[in-house]
Amino acid sequence: MKFDRTEEQQQLAASIDRFIQRDYDFAVRTKIVASADGWGREGWKTMAALGLLGLPLPAEFGGFGGGAVDSMGVMEAIGAALIVEPYVPTVGLGAQFVARAGTAAQKERILPAVVEGDLTLAFAQSEMDARYDLARVAARAAKQADGAYVLDGEKRMVVHGEGADLVVVSARTAGEVADAKGISVFVVDPRADGVSLRGYRTIDGLRAADIAFDGARVGADALIGNEGDGLSLIEAVVDFATALICAEALGVIGYANDATLEYLKTRKQFGAPIGTFQALQHRVVDLFIEHEQVRSMASLACGAVDTEVDAAARKRVVSAAKVRIADACRRVSQECVQLHGAMGMSDDMKVSHAFRRLTVIAQQFGDADYHLERFAR
Amino acid sequence: MERAMDLNYSADETAFRDDVRDWLSAHLPPELREKVVRYESLAKDELIRWHRILAAKGWIAPAWPQEWGGTGWNAVRRYIFEEECGYAGAPPLVPFGLAMCGPVLVEFGTPEQKQRFLPRIYHGDDFWCQGYSEPNSGSDLASLRTSAVRRGDHYVVNGQKTWTTMAHMADWIFCLVRTGTEGEQKQQEGISFLLIDLKTPGIAVRPLVLMDGGHEVNEVFFEDVVVPADQLVHEEGRGWTVAKFLLGHERMNTARIGTSRRELEGLKAYAAQLRKDGRPLLEDTRFRDKVSRLEIELMALALTNLRFLDGLRGGHPPGAEVSMLKIKGTEIQQSLTELMMQAAGPLAQASTPGDASDADDRFAASLSRRYCNYRKTTIYAGSNEIQRNIIAKRVLGLPS
Repeated sequence: MKFDRTEEQQQLAASIDRFIQRDYDFAVRTKIVASADGWGREGWKTMAALGLLGLPLPAEFGGFGGGAVDSMGVMEAIGAALIVEPYVPTVGLGAQFVARAGTAAQKERILPAVVEGDLTLAFAQSEMDARYDLARVAARAAKQADGAYVLDGEKRMVVHGEGADLVVVSARTAGEVADAKGISVFVVDPRADGVSLRGYRTIDGLRAADIAFDGARVGADALIGNEGDGLSLIEAVVDFATALICAEALGVIGYANDATLEYLKTRKQFGAPIGTFQALQHRVVDLFIEHEQVRSMASLACGAVDTEVDAAARKRVVSAAKVRIADACRRVSQECVQLHGAMGMSDDMKVSHAFRRLTVIAQQFGDADYHLERFAR
Repeated sequence: MERAMDLNYSADETAFRDDVRDWLSAHLPPELREKVVRYESLAKDELIRWHRILAAKGWIAPAWPQEWGGTGWNAVRRYIFEEECGYAGAPPLVPFGLAMCGPVLVEFGTPEQKQRFLPRIYHGDDFWCQGYSEPNSGSDLASLRTSAVRRGDHYVVNGQKTWTTMAHMADWIFCLVRTGTEGEQKQQEGISFLLIDLKTPGIAVRPLVLMDGGHEVNEVFFEDVVVPADQLVHEEGRGWTVAKFLLGHERMNTARIGTSRRELEGLKAYAAQLRKDGRPLLEDTRFRDKVSRLEIELMALALTNLRFLDGLRGGHPPGAEVSMLKIKGTEIQQSLTELMMQAAGPLAQASTPGDASDADDRFAASLSRRYCNYRKTTIYAGSNEIQRNIIAKRVLGLPS
């Protein structure tokens, strides 16, 4: 048993903290969110220079060969500062497909560029009516005589879909909608012929896109992994990203709790700091307890995606974590806004942005109901 | 990269756990285990029987100093041992001697007091109970009024204690009493910690029957009870220091993860065997989701408990955050009793078994009683509201 951070981890955490203090305070974030792209290449390059982008990527392609546990500190910091740059879409999703199942040529082309901060990715999975079911893929990839594929279908809510240099797409090469077999994974240039994007803002200040494929032709070298065998790969990668956002939630909750506690100590009403009122004290104690339970579940999820070889056991732990963290996201975000009073509603207050990010995390990659079902399966 | 975190026990700790598990499976009497897992109450001689099995093995008081029979285990091993006992269905150990009076004597007792009381606690010769609460002193413990007046080489005690668990079975009681005079600055001053033989003339123990119909708590009346002065622990007027020391000890074991794990498995097995609409109750989504959420909360608390224990390595005293273990642990224990009762359905209305010779009938009839009884857990040992006060003040630094 060991819960302390390694020296390496502590140094990394310290450099992230310096980056956030110097380059990513709330005012900077506000400007980045308001910009046309909705994310900042400058901050992204700094994250690359700090070694954050290569953290969970293989050492032979410039990464550090770490896993989700090693990334917990980074995700916590991303959560606390509400960083909007595409860390999870690029490092937690897109690059994971390539690292886990890509060909040597795909890895060589994509991974070093990700580590250097020169290439970002997104994962286009969700479709109309699919909700969180990863097997419910209707988009089709028709194999041509020359080995190329022609893609047709529409993907919804692709986070960072507009900004990504490459998009990883799931599409069906065989079978019917919701069949476990017959799903394949491709890496595609979103600017290619036959691909169209419609971008929009998400409630938590990020950007996402709906992506339509209309006879988009991709080469045989776009296929990641074995044809028709993509579902278990998708499940493994999405579990990895789920574990990462569990750790991100830990950071957001830590920030929201600290801000609320500070507010209770300074805000005066009826001649006293409102933190002297027992009705409020017990509520922030419950938020403290939520934070501790979230730390435990995020640790379990990250440990499971790193070391659990049995897919069913891994899914069970990740789902347990996501249920608990979704519940905590909802409770903490609602309570923190309530305890801030009207100030908590203000767009100028960071806590209202934490509310929005927590609201999204609660549902991202499956809400509590979805994961309760998967946990008990 | 070096692994940043390891959630598993070390090889040594795993081997230790396996040793404890093997020993328990060989030495825990099946008839005692059966009573525990079936929620049947154990008589005093059954509790003593298990106490003496552990004492003979040398495992009855792991946390005590080795010269008094402690095992020298660190906090993690003590935790593993307790959780394995709970998981195996071993009878609960009565804490008042082993986990409360014992550590107090080790910390504050005179050499004569240690020699007189510790071996008898260790071997199960004396049963202890705790004289803290009074009719007008519950959460506000320091407002207690039972008085002890010094007369030469003894004290004369007058007053009343209440909610005294197991006083009807106990040989001794440790009490907080007021020895100070009126007009002291703070009510915490002038309190002393006295050890009293329950056979002393002037003591009357009367049962308080709880809503489950059971007798576990009592009122204890003191009328001109003569207590030798060498039964005072620590200095006169410094009893509050002793009480605070005890409180820290009391909170560390309250999560009871192993027991809750066993009960959760029992709940799932029970709900899998019961039928709703011709199908196992456990497959009913509405019921199953409640069980799942409880299981997940227990998973989280188990790891939180380990994280806190890890912080105690190197001899750091437990911080106020352990109050959280009491809050969450007892909430989980209560939820287990509630879901068990709910699982039993209409049968849970029985308070005595329809057929007392049928084990299943006896079990079903125990569930609502147990639900009623377990409401105590969030009230005793510092109510969960008091625990929240402690966290608010000492962890979060909120002003009062």
